Formats: sequence, C-alpha cells, structure tokens
Amino acid sequence: MKYDLIIAGVGGQGILSIAAAIGWAALDSGLFIKQSEVHGMSQRGGAVQSNLRISDKEIASDLIAKGSADLILSVEPMESLRYLPYLSKTGWVVSNSRPFVNITNYPDPEEVYNEIKKIDNHIIIDAEQIAKEVGNYRASNIVMLGAASPFIDIQLENLEKGIRTIFDRKGEEVVNLNLRALHAGRKFAQENKHA
Amino acid sequence: MKKLLLLGAEAIAHGAIDGGMSGVYAYPGTPSTEIAEYVQRSKAAKAKGLHSKWSTNEKTAVEAALGMSYAGKRSMACMKHVGLNVAADPFMNSTITGVNGGMIVVSADDPSMHSSQNEQDSRYFGNFALMPIMEPSNQQEAYDMAYEGFEFSEKYKVPVLMRLTTRLSHSRASVDLSPARPENELSMPKDPIQFVLLPANARKRYKLLLSIYATLEKDSDSSKFNKMFNLPENEKAEMGIIACGIAYNYLMENLNGSGKSYPILKIGQYPLPKKMIGEFYNKCEKILVLEDGYPIVEESLRGLLNLDEKIKGRLDGTIPRDGELNPDIVGAALGKSSTSYFEIPDVVANRPPELCNGCGHREMFFALNVIIEEYGQNRVFSDIGCYTLGALPPFNSINSCVDMGASITMAKGAADAGLYPSIAVIGDSTFAHSGMTSLLDAVNEDSPITVIISDNATTGMTGGQESSATGKIEDICAGLGVHRDHIKVVIPFNKNHEEIVKTLREEVNYQGVSVIIARRECIQTASRAKKAEAAKAKEKK
Repeated sequence: MKYDLIIAGVGGQGILSIAAAIGWAALDSGLFIKQSEVHGMSQRGGAVQSNLRISDKEIASDLIAKGSADLILSVEPMESLRYLPYLSKTGWVVSNSRPFVNITNYPDPEEVYNEIKKIDNHIIIDAEQIAKEVGNYRASNIVMLGAASPFIDIQLENLEKGIRTIFDRKGEEVVNLNLRALHAGRKFAQENKHA
Repeated sequence: MKKLLLLGAEAIAHGAIDGGMSGVYAYPGTPSTEIAEYVQRSKAAKAKGLHSKWSTNEKTAVEAALGMSYAGKRSMACMKHVGLNVAADPFMNSTITGVNGGMIVVSADDPSMHSSQNEQDSRYFGNFALMPIMEPSNQQEAYDMAYEGFEFSEKYKVPVLMRLTTRLSHSRASVDLSPARPENELSMPKDPIQFVLLPANARKRYKLLLSIYATLEKDSDSSKFNKMFNLPENEKAEMGIIACGIAYNYLMENLNGSGKSYPILKIGQYPLPKKMIGEFYNKCEKILVLEDGYPIVEESLRGLLNLDEKIKGRLDGTIPRDGELNPDIVGAALGKSSTSYFEIPDVVANRPPELCNGCGHREMFFALNVIIEEYGQNRVFSDIGCYTLGALPPFNSINSCVDMGASITMAKGAADAGLYPSIAVIGDSTFAHSGMTSLLDAVNEDSPITVIISDNATTGMTGGQESSATGKIEDICAGLGVHRDHIKVVIPFNKNHEEIVKTLREEVNYQGVSVIIARRECIQTASRAKKAEAAKAKEKK
C-alpha cells in the first residue's frame, strides 16, 4: 500500500493540522510516513502545501513526483489547481469552495470551479458552511479531512484517534466538534462523489 | 525502542539532547529555526537545565558554543546558511583552536531560495575550515549524526559541521531513539594555550589540524554514513551514481521497483572518502553525481580543466545548474521518460507572500511612501525580515535587501556618495543582529541618514522568536551616539498616519543621523499571546 497526497492552501489557513491528523492516524495504523511542509516566508499569506506520503514500506523521497499523487486536498479552490501536475491521472481533487482572496487578480470563482470539474474525480465542498452546521466554522479544515477520508487508505477510527491526539489539549468540547466535522465532511463526500 | 515523529530539524535537536549536549546557541533563520525551538520546548532539556536561549546573531552563537566546549561540555550552534557567513570568523578559527567538549555547528541550506537571498552551499565552508561534515539523508540519520557527532568531535578534537537542506529540515518521519547520555563534567583544556591563536601557537595548531584532517579522510572511508554497493566484481559498470545527503532519497525513489540497478556510492560524511571514490571511479564507465546544492563533489572529481568527460551532473547540463533536486529532476537524469500529467490551468494566479493584515510595517510603509513621493524614488535601503515584503505591491517602498544590517551601512555609503535623502528601514531583531555597528559608523561621521527601526518586538518572519533588543532600542541608539532629540518613537496605526509622516519629514530634513522607531507588537505574536491568555483565564474558571 502506498498513498501520496498533497494538502494545499494559503499560509495561515492551518493546513498543517490536517497533515498532523493524518500523520498520527498513519502511525497508529503501523504505516510509514513522510510529511514535508513549508515554513518561512510563504507562511505570510503565500501559497503553501504539504506533501504527505503513507506506505506500508519504507519511503525514500520526502517529495512526491509529478503525476503520482493520489489526492489533492485543498482548503482553497484556486490552490487545488496549483499542484495539478503532481496529481495522478486517476487521482482525486477534494477542494473547499470558499475562495481566499488576498490578491487583486484573483480569478472569477466560477472559472476556478470549472477547472476543478474538468478533473474526473473531484469533490467541491463548502467546508465553512458544514462546519457551522456542526457547531463552529473553525472546524472547516477537519470537514475537509472528512471529505477526503473515503479516499485515504486509513481506517476512520484511526483518523478519529489522530484528531483526539491533536485537539486533546484544547478540551473535550473541541475534540467532539472536530469529530462531528470529520463525520459531516465524510458524509458529504460519500453523497457527492463525482467520478 | 522508542519512536517519535520528527522534522529533520527536530531530529537533530533530539539527537543532540540525547547525545549529552549541555547547550544550544542559535539565531532564528529558515530552515534552521526549529532546532533551537525544539530544545526550548523539550521537557528533558528543561529538566536538565540545558542552555537554549536565542543568541543575538550567529557569530555570538558560535563563539558561545566554542566557550562551552572550552569548558569541557558538549555544545551546538545552529543557523541558516547565510548565518554561517556572519559566523565565519569564529567558525574558521574553531578548527584551529580545536575543541575540548564536543561541538557541532548546524548550517541549514536553502537551495531554490524558498526563504533566502542565495543558495550557497555550506559544504564549501566545511572544506574551507578543514572541518568534518555530516550530511544526513533522512530524519533518522539527522538524529544519529547529532547523537554521535559530539563523540566524533571529541575523538578528533575538532568541531563537526552538520549540513542539511530545507526539505529534510522541514519534513517529518519517524525516528528511533537511542538511550540518553549524560552531560560532560566541567573540565579545562589540558593545554592552557590551546585556544590562544597567537601566530606562533596558531602555526603549530594549524599543522596539527592538517594532520588531523588526514586522519579524518581515513575515517570517512570506514564511516557507516558512507556506503558503496552494487559494484560489479570484474567488469566495469556502464554508469555508477554518487548521491550526497538527501539526493540519495530521490535516487532510491526512482530506483525502487523500477527493475534498474546501478553501483551506488552514498555520501554522508566528509572529507570525501578518497579510497572508496577511487575504487568506485575505476569500476564505472560514467559517474552521475547527485548533490542538493552546489556541484562541489562533481567539481572536485572533474578537476580544474574539466577534462574528465565521464563525470555527469550539474556542470554538463545533465542536471540544472541551480535549484534544489527533486524526484523528477533525478528521474530525468536517469533517463526516465516523463509521464504525462495535468497542466496548471491558466486561471491560476500567483500568490506571493504578503504582510499580514493589521501589521505595523504596513502603516510605516504607507507613511514612508508619502516621503518618497515628496523627495523622489529609489533611496530606501532595507534589510532582512517581514518588512522586506515592502518591496512588493502595494508598497513598492524599498530598493535593497542584501544581508542583515546592510540597510544602515548602505544608506551611509550612498549618503557618502551624495545621495540625499538616504533612508534605511530595518527591523528590531535585525538591528540587534548586525545593525548596531552600522549605526556607529554613521554616527562617527554624522552621516545625513534617516534610519527607521520598524520594531514589532519579535523576530517575525521566522515565526515570532524573542528579539534581543526588545525594550533597549532607544538606549542602544543613544549609547551609540545618536542625539536623543533625533531618536523618535511613532506608533504605526492608520490613525497616526499624519503624525508619522510629519516626524519622518522632520528627520529627513535633519542633516545628521536620526532614528525613528515605528513600534507596535507583531500582529501574529499579539494574537497568540491573547489566545494563550484567554485559555489561561478559561482554565482558572
């Protein structure tokens, strides 16, 4: 088993919490992982990504080769497109629909959605809306993780454990909110797969 | 065996703590910052009372680490590659003094310049100083090299340079831990003048270093971090591959499951293993050299006249001359045909980094732009930090970013040439790092420059580490000789815009050194502090 994913977003959107949840879940599943992330200048509102690789065998490269990612999980729609050269032709794009507009030449969102829809396997999800419905818009990143979860070869209960590990110090209330977010995102994906 | 999921940077920190380190000295710089931060957060380090407070710059960090080594204890100094330029003086001399307690200097290079001004390769510095170099290929080796590095340093009586690149520093993988070793006891060097580099003694010490270096070359040939495999018994292989540090991972990524096999020499310890390389060279018709950074190994194999056509790499175009390696570049060098993949749609716009909303630097630049409008463009020298983003729209305010502290001295040099007004913009942490001596030069000649210290009370770009000048800036400037009447403080809020412009105009008109401190806490550290306070208040309830 080998699963390569790219988590994308804008510096400050907190994509590393998604990477950490999957990372812990993979470790709990007895898998090897490598997860590279961006620190430094880009974290100031620039485009950021994390390469996350999971395998039952030892992993060599920290970076994913072009055309080989199984999934792009993006918390921002335009950012989901930036890493398309890395996506395998059979891979999935799971993207949040809410644009993060901090540049003057941000494209028309409809054009962005149309490009995402050109990828056979895609899900576009309003993660903030779903997060709000389960309690707090701040859980939107974990809604995104939930929406990607049906495609990631890790058991749901291990992802739940991963979320517990990350949010444990913030108290039971936050843990439960994020667990609800995970399930809501997962449900949306299962009902809205476009393949 | 205990396992942890660690960034490469964190693996070095954990390896050093477990390896008996007594203190880390560092100045923040991407991609090295997380090493010292990990020690600062570590419960084990706290329990032992290990030193981990930030240094004012990389030079003071290496000197303090050398002092701790003098006293017999194990020390580490950490920095980014350009920080090693700042620390070059003590670094170069530390091999001549040698060490008492084990000492490791970590330099994290940033090929492709993700967050840097250049992509210089620290291995040159290691060779230059005749210092052994460890270059990990993965997180486990990063841990092991730090763990064993102190003992190695004590065995050969020289510091060890540990070189890594961005991708390893900022990538996480699981690491097996070794049992923690105790710290060294306090002990003086046996020779009381070992560290006295007076010419007569320095000449002796240098001869000693040269003989040590010869033994280091032999050590490299038997090091577990250098290994050679898949060599043909009798005939010659068509191509062999030398892979240094993280390049080895990209190589194996391409070879695993491909059915292809080449003789491979994996390099993790320098000076280069001469015997191994000689044997390897004779067994291969062609050699591809993979190294993340400058073509150092390749260059030394080719020689000055580049007559050897059997060496392939960055210098013959097999691999691009600049930029970091990745699995695709290495794949192409191995002749792998590229698979077809999706293109980036035209609709995707660039998203460069920017100053945060609500950041004080923004208001400082908006006010400065009024002055630029009045006095003319292209006369603002700036520096290294978040405010370097003032070079981009919507500000387009600054005209230079070279090295820490250069803003003030370049403004002075331009003023000497006759440029007026000549303005410097520098951050508080950068001012403390290397701006103070620049300001003294300007004061001594009463240069007509205006220095804006944009003081957000932190080292912002690297994530908000404490800044060593916080609370001391006015006194430092006055102490250096800036007249108290020309040290002004403004608070960069939009509502103060007119007042800031007025202050800037007055000080630009003053024909001497003036300092304007634009002071407001970094929006990131302020919001973190607020959250932490709220969490504390909640806990109390």
